[in-house]
Amino acid sequence: MTQISEHTTGQSLTGPARTDGRAADGAGGAGLAAERVRWSVGGRLILDDVDVTAPPGALTGLVGPNGTGKSSLLRLVAGVERPDGGRVSLVARPGAPGEAGDSEDLLAMARRRRARTLAFVEQDAASELPVTVFDAVLLGRTPHRSVLAGPTEDDNALARAALERAGAGDLAAREVSTLSGGERQRVHMARALAQQPRVLLLDEPTNHLDVAAQLATMRLVGELAADGVTVLAALHDLSLAAATCDHVVVLAPEPAGRVVAAGPVEEVLVPEVIDPTYGVRTTVLRHPRTGRPVLTFDEV
Amino acid sequence: MSETATRAPAPATLSRGRLLAWLGVTTAALLASVVVTVAIGPAGLTPSDVGQVVATRLGLGDLLGLATPDRLDDGIVWQLRLPRVLTAAAVGAGLAVCGVVMQSLTRNPLADPYLLGLSSGASLGAVSVLVLGWLAVLPVAAFVGAAAALVATLALATAAGRGAGGLSPGRTVLAGLAVSQLAAAATSFVIFWSARGDQYREILSWMLGSVAGAQWSSVLITGGAVLVLGTLLASTGSVLDAFTFGDTAAATLGVPVAAVRWVLLIGVALLTGALVSQSGAIGFVGLILPHAVRTITGARHRALLPLSMLCGATFLMWADTLARTVFTPRELPVGIVTAAIGAPVFAVLLWKGKARA
Repeated sequence: MTQISEHTTGQSLTGPARTDGRAADGAGGAGLAAERVRWSVGGRLILDDVDVTAPPGALTGLVGPNGTGKSSLLRLVAGVERPDGGRVSLVARPGAPGEAGDSEDLLAMARRRRARTLAFVEQDAASELPVTVFDAVLLGRTPHRSVLAGPTEDDNALARAALERAGAGDLAAREVSTLSGGERQRVHMARALAQQPRVLLLDEPTNHLDVAAQLATMRLVGELAADGVTVLAALHDLSLAAATCDHVVVLAPEPAGRVVAAGPVEEVLVPEVIDPTYGVRTTVLRHPRTGRPVLTFDEV
Repeated sequence: MSETATRAPAPATLSRGRLLAWLGVTTAALLASVVVTVAIGPAGLTPSDVGQVVATRLGLGDLLGLATPDRLDDGIVWQLRLPRVLTAAAVGAGLAVCGVVMQSLTRNPLADPYLLGLSSGASLGAVSVLVLGWLAVLPVAAFVGAAAALVATLALATAAGRGAGGLSPGRTVLAGLAVSQLAAAATSFVIFWSARGDQYREILSWMLGSVAGAQWSSVLITGGAVLVLGTLLASTGSVLDAFTFGDTAAATLGVPVAAVRWVLLIGVALLTGALVSQSGAIGFVGLILPHAVRTITGARHRALLPLSMLCGATFLMWADTLARTVFTPRELPVGIVTAAIGAPVFAVLLWKGKARA
């Protein structure tokens, strides 16, 4: 599989599961709703009745000081850990007033089906094995085929398309361990894309990346959101969240992770929310070109 | 990882055609090696003598119009060498596939089938009955020792991980180390306290690993274990691939991580236990073979697992042939030969892999 052709495959990745006939797992954008999620480790409460919603086709940022359980929440939503209580569901159609909407319990969903619905890019995923970029991306097809079967030509084509989509087509034959941080992030995004998810969870996608790679990563995430993927990204950089997110959920640490504010960026990333949560003094400016909020901070 | 990482040539990722070609070549090499290694030795047999005996024994003599083989040849081939060669093949194949699975499950390139304390546990069981002179129950004692070590390792790893992620690779490795060291200390104590005279030689030979004296019962046990458990393990390629970037990534690809880990660890332990009960703890095969074969296949387990089995079988047959012929009439435990070949090969792989690491 060393030859990766340049031509595009005609298969759609951008609208995950929109046009490729996999209607069972995808029929348009679906939002994500975590309700009253509670989780503790070794008797210590990490998340205390956390409610987070991520609307379909938008980029929702999950922010908060270190230790507020951002990563934990993503792992619970991804089904990697089981919460002690609460519900995580996929909301295909919110209910109109007086009517029940369509929602599906993600935690009760069979593993493989969940993996076709939701993809998770964790922080700093690395491998000791001499795995090529193409094979790494091909892993994203795992939940779409039988456990005993090898990758099909469709799988190869979709992996190639995912690599192109993530701007990493030229890396296909490289070994993952030889890539730079930004390149590796693109490969992991491509692996997630190859899963054709309706929901994409990202844990600190810009960690350890230089500023150009940060912008490239967030541009890709924004494009995916615009194409109908529901994106929930844990971000520690408030300025980046202000510049790129559509919605923001703020977690506060005391006594355990809980939501202190949630909503559109303009309403949530304001001094009244940030200052008590982070213990800083925030000034909100306007970006002269985009008009988006630009945050600066001073020590109290 | 540095931004200026060396741009080494990408490892070969085998196409389907080339994989089939490799499987064909290694299978042919395996079958040819059986005939040739059985022929090698002091009696001056030729491969066609070997073929004659085997064909006659399999009831094909009349069909092929073969003459009745010499009785002495028949005895050497059918009673002495063939069981030994086939046992070596089964043990080599089994250790290699277990090595691949262990390296993948623990994501540790130094992992081998003995990582869970299996060989130390088996040694303790075997040495205990050797000093008592109960040779007949040696395989059973070795298997029980290996199983006990596995239970101890998994119990320790699980207990240590309770409420903190359960059976993690790191904790499994460390628990295996603790159990190994304890079993090794107990083994040394037993030897020091009770062994007499020529028992030392027997004990050392067992601990280094040897297939000398293998009989058809050994072939049945090791071959049966490899056919059942080895094939099962070798079919898990896609699942092991999903572990490439760790447990979390595997879980989000739809793999039931905890269940898979338990099933594979227990499969490895049962297979390794069965092999060790017959051959002792032959080193380096389970460590080196996976690394060597990975230079051909890359990291894809669907190619790596079956090729490692085939190469492991051939490798151990030839290593054992060297062990019994180099210093004729004296025999070496095959574990010395695998270490003598394995250590330099490992050094070379390390050296060549430098650009990638």
